[in-house]
Amino acid sequence: MLLRMIRGVLFHQKSKMLLIALTIALGASLATGMLNVVLGVEEKVNKELKNYGANIVVKPKDSSLLSDIYDVGEGSQLNTAYLREDELGRLKTIFWAFNIVDFTPFLDAQAVLSDGSAARLTGTWFNHHLDLPTGESLDAGVVGMRSWWDITEGRWLDEKDGDAQAEIMAGSALAQRMGWHAGDTVRLSVSDEEAEVTVVGIYDAGGEEDDQLFAALDLVQALTGRENRVASIEVSALTTPDNELARRAARNPAALSSRDYETWYCTAYVSAICYQIQEVITGSVASAVRKVAESEGTILDKTKLLMILITALSLIGSALGISNLVTASVMERAKEIGLLKAIGAKDRSITGVVMTEILITALAGFAAGYFLGFGFAQLIGQSVFGSSIDMDPRVAPIVAGLIALVTIAGSLPAIRMVLRLRPAEVLHGGH
Amino acid sequence: MSLLELRNVSKIYGELKALDNVSIHVDQGEWVAIMGPSGSGKSTMMNIIGCMDKPTSGQVLLDGVDIARESSKRLTDIRRDKIGLIFQQFHMVSYLTAVENVMVSQYYHSMPDEKEALEALERVGLRERARHLPSQLSGGEQQRVCVARALINHPELILADEPTGNLDEANENIVLDLFAQLHREGTTLIVVTHDPEVADAAQRTIVLEHGKLLKEVVNEHFGE
Repeated sequence: MLLRMIRGVLFHQKSKMLLIALTIALGASLATGMLNVVLGVEEKVNKELKNYGANIVVKPKDSSLLSDIYDVGEGSQLNTAYLREDELGRLKTIFWAFNIVDFTPFLDAQAVLSDGSAARLTGTWFNHHLDLPTGESLDAGVVGMRSWWDITEGRWLDEKDGDAQAEIMAGSALAQRMGWHAGDTVRLSVSDEEAEVTVVGIYDAGGEEDDQLFAALDLVQALTGRENRVASIEVSALTTPDNELARRAARNPAALSSRDYETWYCTAYVSAICYQIQEVITGSVASAVRKVAESEGTILDKTKLLMILITALSLIGSALGISNLVTASVMERAKEIGLLKAIGAKDRSITGVVMTEILITALAGFAAGYFLGFGFAQLIGQSVFGSSIDMDPRVAPIVAGLIALVTIAGSLPAIRMVLRLRPAEVLHGGH
Repeated sequence: MSLLELRNVSKIYGELKALDNVSIHVDQGEWVAIMGPSGSGKSTMMNIIGCMDKPTSGQVLLDGVDIARESSKRLTDIRRDKIGLIFQQFHMVSYLTAVENVMVSQYYHSMPDEKEALEALERVGLRERARHLPSQLSGGEQQRVCVARALINHPELILADEPTGNLDEANENIVLDLFAQLHREGTTLIVVTHDPEVADAAQRTIVLEHGKLLKEVVNEHFGE
């Protein structure tokens, strides 16, 4: 009988129930879309921010100390300590290996050009192929780490090209000053060594790098006689925004309790990743590029907050819509409800019938909204981040719970009306 | 033996005395009509007897229980177990068929039994119309479905408020014949009406005016 009554109401008031389902579907779709984006946004925003440079710099312990005390840069005569190039693959063996998106080593030298002027020559990886001890392989280098460079002439230096050892890339300001163009051959001298190299590309970095030359690391190591040596490593890593634990750990990990240490070590805080990098790169000091790391965290937090606010507002809107529609439905059925009370239906039976109708409608609205929300998340993913957003399995139960809460909260005024309704008042006059 | 007794019952809405110190009694198996002009307190009395309202003062004894002192929840139970209600506007659940409308009453009383509900419809001459929706039934047919719904749980008291008020003469006679049949079977009937012909069908008529009991008239020609 209950099923017949519920089926009857659902069909009899189908336009109203459809409106309720639509309201719920809209709330559910926004909640699904936003929550999927919120849960997936960390990686997306991090990747997006990684396009603007490294967030960790690794230096030799001694050079780091000197630069901290005397504020000396790379290339200085004081800077005599180096890291080992053959240890770079270890970066992909740390606990947070999968969070290491890209990295590249640097070795600077002072190059004297054909007109006698000096320019900074930086040896680095461009698209360096690495076979890792884990059996995996990857390409790392400035092609990924300096993705914002605008190649105004020529192309990126390609390490897979056999002539990479005799090629350089020149900054746009330097190239203009020297009158160089892509394809030109130029002579460089570093210390007592001389090299004839081809300018394969001219880039515009929008900064001091426009006055520099970039060459394959092997070439600069050969010219400076520093085989297997690198002066610094820039690492781009996906990180979790710092919290109080991360800040305490960054000051001194040894001061943490064993439980806090474990939590910190197993969370992708920039300080935890730095710590783990130091564990695998001999004689190194890894430090966060604090400004980048902090703004990443701030942007991420603000993005998440904005999306959570949109979700909350959409759910409040849905609750108000549900409240109006369910109340209108109950008002329309006042005589029917009064009749059921008159023939002996208890308040809880009628409330049960009304709530079951609404929850069935809510279920249909949730199902439609969930899939709509998935599409909505993809739309955001493609238009904002240029990639799809994975469906997080946590979203379905969270949205289902939220929709149940919103539906119940939205139905409360109508339920109050049902409980207050007196059959004598709706079936005939009070007196 | 009294099934229903009202002792000094008053119902006051603000300054209006809808019922003013009314005392009546209805015996088990009796057929009583309550008459009076509009505003005389008929509907108020029906609401109180039908456990849908409480008096401001006085006692309402139904089967020995003072329903004026019962909680709303308990009044619902009493209404469900002891009273069959019939209204002037033949209130039915619009999306349920005739037989389902009868079964709703069974559902809230005990267990829905379609066979029994169909028998009740047969009794009011609507077996063939059992699968029709209220919108597909005439006014007279709808009221007969309401009679079937009122008697399905074998109540001790059938309480009808202007049951023929919206019916033509033919349907009025059908409904009154059904009441006579129920009366013969021992069901107590209280019919609120302003129609003297309907009142004449009852054993006794209680006349109200301005909320007060004006007179009681015994129908000496009852059963003729």
